[in-house]
Amino acid sequence: MIFNFIFGRRKKQPPTGASALADLRVGESAILSDLELAPPVAEHLMNLGFVPGLEVQVLRSGPGGDPRVYRVDGTEVAMRRDLTRHIRIELIGAPAFGD
Amino acid sequence: MGAPTVSCHAVAPPRDESLGASYRTIAVVGPPNSGKTTLFNRLTKLRQKVGNFPGVTVEHHTGYVRDRDGKEVALIDLPGVYSLTPKSEDEKVAIDVLTGQMPGTPRPDAVILVLNSTNLHSHLVLAARVIALGIPTLVLLNMADELRKQGGQVDVLALARELGTPVALVSATTGEGVVAVQNFLSSATAGPEPLELPVVGSTRGYREWAVRVGTNANYRRPAAPIWTQRLDSIFLHRTWGPIVFAVVVIGVFQTIFAVGQPLSNLLQKFLDVTGAQLGNHLPAGMFQSLIVNGVWKGTGSVLVFLPQILLLFLVIGILEDSGYLSRAAVIADKTMSRAGLNGKSFIPLLSAYACAVPAIMATRTIENKRDRIATILIAPFMTCSARLPVYTMVIAAFLPDRPVLGVFLGTRALAMLGLYVLGFLMAVATARMLKSTVLKSKDAPFILEMPPYRWPTLSSLGLRLVDRGKAFLYRAGTVIMLVSLLLWAATNFPMHHGQPPAVQDSVVATVGHAIEPVIRPLGFDWKIGVGLITSMAAREVIISTLGTLHGVDAQSHATDLQAALRQELTPAGAVALLVFFAFAMQCMSTVAVVRRETNGWKWPILQFSYMTVAAYIAAFAAYNIVGHFVR
Ligand SMILES: Nc1nc2c(ncn2[C@@H]2O[C@H](COP(=O)(O)OP(=O)(O)OP(=O)(O)O)[C@@H](O)[C@H]2O)c(=O)[nH]1
Ligand SMILES: [Mg+2]
Repeated sequence: MIFNFIFGRRKKQPPTGASALADLRVGESAILSDLELAPPVAEHLMNLGFVPGLEVQVLRSGPGGDPRVYRVDGTEVAMRRDLTRHIRIELIGAPAFGD
Repeated sequence: MGAPTVSCHAVAPPRDESLGASYRTIAVVGPPNSGKTTLFNRLTKLRQKVGNFPGVTVEHHTGYVRDRDGKEVALIDLPGVYSLTPKSEDEKVAIDVLTGQMPGTPRPDAVILVLNSTNLHSHLVLAARVIALGIPTLVLLNMADELRKQGGQVDVLALARELGTPVALVSATTGEGVVAVQNFLSSATAGPEPLELPVVGSTRGYREWAVRVGTNANYRRPAAPIWTQRLDSIFLHRTWGPIVFAVVVIGVFQTIFAVGQPLSNLLQKFLDVTGAQLGNHLPAGMFQSLIVNGVWKGTGSVLVFLPQILLLFLVIGILEDSGYLSRAAVIADKTMSRAGLNGKSFIPLLSAYACAVPAIMATRTIENKRDRIATILIAPFMTCSARLPVYTMVIAAFLPDRPVLGVFLGTRALAMLGLYVLGFLMAVATARMLKSTVLKSKDAPFILEMPPYRWPTLSSLGLRLVDRGKAFLYRAGTVIMLVSLLLWAATNFPMHHGQPPAVQDSVVATVGHAIEPVIRPLGFDWKIGVGLITSMAAREVIISTLGTLHGVDAQSHATDLQAALRQELTPAGAVALLVFFAFAMQCMSTVAVVRRETNGWKWPILQFSYMTVAAYIAAFAAYNIVGHFVR
């Protein structure tokens, strides 16, 4: 009980389509196409290098699979899935997802 | 060397150097973790804090350099910024200073822009924005050593032409190329140069421009640092990551006891011997008592913890300088998210293990206001270094050291670890309570840059320890000595026929007895009560207080402090005391900094009351529960 009070319960994640950064597996790369995020957040990510058109790679996942570390043009950034679900990508010769 | 790097140092497009004028105020601007403070320290010979993670500097600091003519120029070190639109308090400080809106700070008439040369493309975006302000700018491409080692290159002359500003490739740590700053200081022109960067509009537009400029300057991005990849595959590993984390933490506590304690005992012996010598050289009487019992015993009882404090700071220094801190934040993100916060809050919380005051300032990097307040409110629950002597002494007095996991973990280290965990759990529980009620907010995005791992240098660690050691000695020589003196005076008052009273008849005892009814339920007597009062000045003062009280007391005079403590407290009372110290906010500097950072008395008063009540209730519970089992 106390444990739950302190740490809470984990939330289930809703299923998503196959075109978001969150769908990539560790080691896979793709091209960023759109940041469907609140403008200040998107702006911040772009300043870090997450600019549409650039290649992004999933470097590794932290313990528990979230957050994961991504690399764009030499910058490594850790983000949670609640963000990367809203970052659209285009695949580049990666294994096909979804369809 | 072989690496195809442009090795030329300070190159600039031709500038009119005939004007002897010099800049008066120069701001050091750049993205977080690009080496601004390292450069600032090198130029000004100051020792502002450096660390390998974004967001080390959260305030502006001014230092002075001399130009070639010997004229002083003010240099202002600023927090890192990703853009010129602030999204957190530390960025706001930097941008306010840069644009001349910071009260009390002159508007800078030039800028030194420190970029990380291994990450030029993103950083050129910031460069375009800063140069567009029209202030004379020197662009420094820092980390030349890393660029070269990892096979990157850049043509500084070409870049200078593209940007229309002087550019130099430097290394703030080795000093390579830093003469460029001297050249810049003496090259002040009458006004800003007209700059026309062909960039407008969106960040995307800036970025495309940056890539173009990079190409024109023959920029080749260096390979990803290979050791960072290797280390991360362990430190961020699903199973190994947390295990390494736990081993590191356990190792720290065991070292503090296994290495720190013997050193501390040596120091104690030394102080005892010198104290006795000193006593012999002084004529017997009030003055001797003042020096030996008041100053020496009181201050010395805290001083002996210097080894433990230094060990702790050594560990924190390694964590901060190596780059592991950001990884720890990633590992902790899960736990923090269950408390309604995110991994970003973990970085200030970790530095609160040293001291809550800088930790509370470090929360300026947290973008979400409510998350920031919540982090400020829970930071004092993290076990700061002032609690360490108190814990060490009480544990050592009551708990015999027995191996639990061989040489890796003893009972004392385990007890200490338990207290640290207790503080952390209380912090998390409090955050959860706050974040689900008064400080409720939407989940703030967790976006954290991972710096490459860097070797903590011996000199930087050494300097840190020297600085920390000095700060500790200073504290012992000021606050702690002062309280010891006042206390000594109070134990000698009121006099009877020119003779000091017995301790139990002194003013101190009167005060102690007055609050005894309140603390009796926690298993504390009047001496502990006096210690609780004086520890408001600084937590460790409770030790010197007990030291002084026992020093002047004829009965316990000869025994050492630990033995005296065992007479003072039952084991249950000792546990209650530890729990009380784990939760109580006995630190006026923390109250003051919370007031400043939250702009008002509301939060510090709330925090102080909450922590005091929590400490009282928890200590009461501990005393009664433990007292039930142990007699
Ligand atoms: N290899 C190498 N490391 C450097 C150099 N300059 C700085 N560093 C390291 O980079 C890290 C960041 O340095 P800081 O001076 O704290 O950076 P900062 O720009 O002040 O960072 P913030 O205050 O967080 O914005 C530290 O670990 C430095 O030791 C350099 O020229 N070469
Ligand atoms: Mg700095």
